[in-house]
Amino acid sequence: MAQIQLANISKHFGKTEVIREVNLNIKAGELMVFVGPSGSGKSTLLRLICGLEEISSGELTFDGESMNNKVPSERGISMVFQSYALYPHMDVYKNMAFGLKLAKSSPEDIRERVMNAAKMLQIDHLLDRLPKQLSGGQRQRVAIGRAIVRNPRVFLFDEPLSNLDASLRVATRLEIAKIHHEMKSATMIYVTHDQVEAMTLADRICVLNNGEVEQVGTPEELYHSPNSLFVAKFIGSPAMNLLEGDFAKDYQCQTLGIRPEHLVIDPNEATWQGAVIHTENLGSDLYIYLDIGSDSPLLVRLSDQQKVSKGEIVGVRPKWDHLHRFDQHGKPISAPIGAEPSTVLETQSA
Amino acid sequence: MDTSLSLSKPNTKLKSVSSLRQQKLRAAMWFLAPMVTVLFCVAGWPLLRSIYFSFTDTSLTDLYGGQWVGFKNYLTWTTLSSGRTIFSGTLADPTWWNAVWNTIKFSVVSVSIETILGLMVALVLNQEFKGRGLVRAAILIPWAIPTIVSAKMWGWMLNDQFGIINHMLMALGLIDSNVAWTSNIDTAMFSVLVVDVWKTTPFMALLCLAGLQMIPRDIYEAAKIDGIHPVRVFFHVTLPLVRPALMVAVIFRMLDALRVFDLIYILTPNSKATKTMSVVSRENLIEFDKFAYGSAQSTLLFAIIAIFVCLYIWLGKLNLNGDTQR
Repeated sequence: MAQIQLANISKHFGKTEVIREVNLNIKAGELMVFVGPSGSGKSTLLRLICGLEEISSGELTFDGESMNNKVPSERGISMVFQSYALYPHMDVYKNMAFGLKLAKSSPEDIRERVMNAAKMLQIDHLLDRLPKQLSGGQRQRVAIGRAIVRNPRVFLFDEPLSNLDASLRVATRLEIAKIHHEMKSATMIYVTHDQVEAMTLADRICVLNNGEVEQVGTPEELYHSPNSLFVAKFIGSPAMNLLEGDFAKDYQCQTLGIRPEHLVIDPNEATWQGAVIHTENLGSDLYIYLDIGSDSPLLVRLSDQQKVSKGEIVGVRPKWDHLHRFDQHGKPISAPIGAEPSTVLETQSA
Repeated sequence: MDTSLSLSKPNTKLKSVSSLRQQKLRAAMWFLAPMVTVLFCVAGWPLLRSIYFSFTDTSLTDLYGGQWVGFKNYLTWTTLSSGRTIFSGTLADPTWWNAVWNTIKFSVVSVSIETILGLMVALVLNQEFKGRGLVRAAILIPWAIPTIVSAKMWGWMLNDQFGIINHMLMALGLIDSNVAWTSNIDTAMFSVLVVDVWKTTPFMALLCLAGLQMIPRDIYEAAKIDGIHPVRVFFHVTLPLVRPALMVAVIFRMLDALRVFDLIYILTPNSKATKTMSVVSRENLIEFDKFAYGSAQSTLLFAIIAIFVCLYIWLGKLNLNGDTQR
């Protein structure tokens, strides 16, 4: 169990700054997900925490103890790599036990710990196999098992599911969630570029963009009250509709955001009206793309009960309490619509 | 109508597939033919001729007039009236066995040292540091110099009167008087080994480096996080994973070392301590006009190398035991 504190952490490779002044507090025992597009610095931040990269400036502490000058093995961490990083010439048992032999554990103790982890991950029948004889999902379990047996205070996952196919990804995601519940003593940091993974797994999410923290919060907070346009765009699948120009002007903002599920068909009180240019039926949901004259078509999520066909003219209105308004800096406007409209319009024209 | 159509269709498909395969095979044969022909002319035919000559009494002056003599060049014996049996032929020739022993000594010692040094150099070159490209290129220079040139060069450096090696050792006070490194029977082999190691370590280093670069970096990071000691990582991770490449490198070098000729012929001519199988068989073939006898020795050299390679591959397979591929 460790509380992780990042204070003004920066990292540069030569002249390129990849992490800028990151301040973050990760609570003991929580599962924190770093999410962001590729190049946002999330993996670098993880490598700084585990000690595979040196911190350029700032202070990293675990439970108040500075980690800046500690080598990875002294930090009490385990890491699951994207590529599994299994030793190709060792069988599953040896892969899991290799890191333990150093820790002066007795052979019986090692055996017990490996067996427990293997049972927990249901790989106890594979212990004498080589990594190349395993499927992708099994390899990933071994990699997770190898991390578990060391009984770390901090667990690090670096995009652990990105090499798995879609159905395995869901299954392994569930597995990781289970491990998080069972191993309450470990703090977990999980890096992904997939916001669905982030939303489903995280206690809290840290959204990174260009080496800076955009927002930290629970999945609900990020979803319902994104504090920047970037977070609004990044979190949620399918992505939020973003309307600009005259559409936004009517609501006294630079960009108006509205999630597809917060639009309802209302012929009597239609705010926007347009032809259906495309429909996607996912079984449970029906997505329709409306051409209302905006840059990109307006995406509306309907239940499968509703029948809408291509070419039909449909009128929709937003649910008023689910509108997201952003100013020209991409920051949310919290004031209610109508309040101080002049200032908003002024900044817009400036 | 319908059924006949559906029946005939897969048939034609099957036919076209197999003819496609035949086409591919034919193309492959045409591509291989020139190489096979050349190989047969420059390697196969001379080898067969040598083996044939070794069973005749051919001499250099009369290459086509040799008579079949069976195993006489290999081993033959006559029993004297006194009851004493005299063996003759290559297999009873002490000069030959001395050469065999020299060759084995040279091969085993030089390849062992070169492998260890080469692996060490490769481990260094595998690290990230400034000017790595330059060092990688520079280290190849000894390998790039023709053996005759480097053997002559070292010959001068090791010269007993004017050589720089003696000069330096004297200046350092390590020796009291000049040593005739290449002609002294006690130091000749040592000199040859030093020069060969100097010359061939870069080649080994390069082959090892290629093997090292095949090992994924992330498993080293995993080991680092687990806090495994670098020495343990080397013996338990690096070495097993680089072994296939190392095996290939060792077999290449061993083949080269078993037939060593140029270096020894130039650096220590006519020294009993360094004469190898190649040197001895050339001596018989050309200088002593015992063409058939020399051919027998060449054939034996070929046989020894062939047996060694088979043994090595067989042992290697046994050792790898399941992890032949990664």
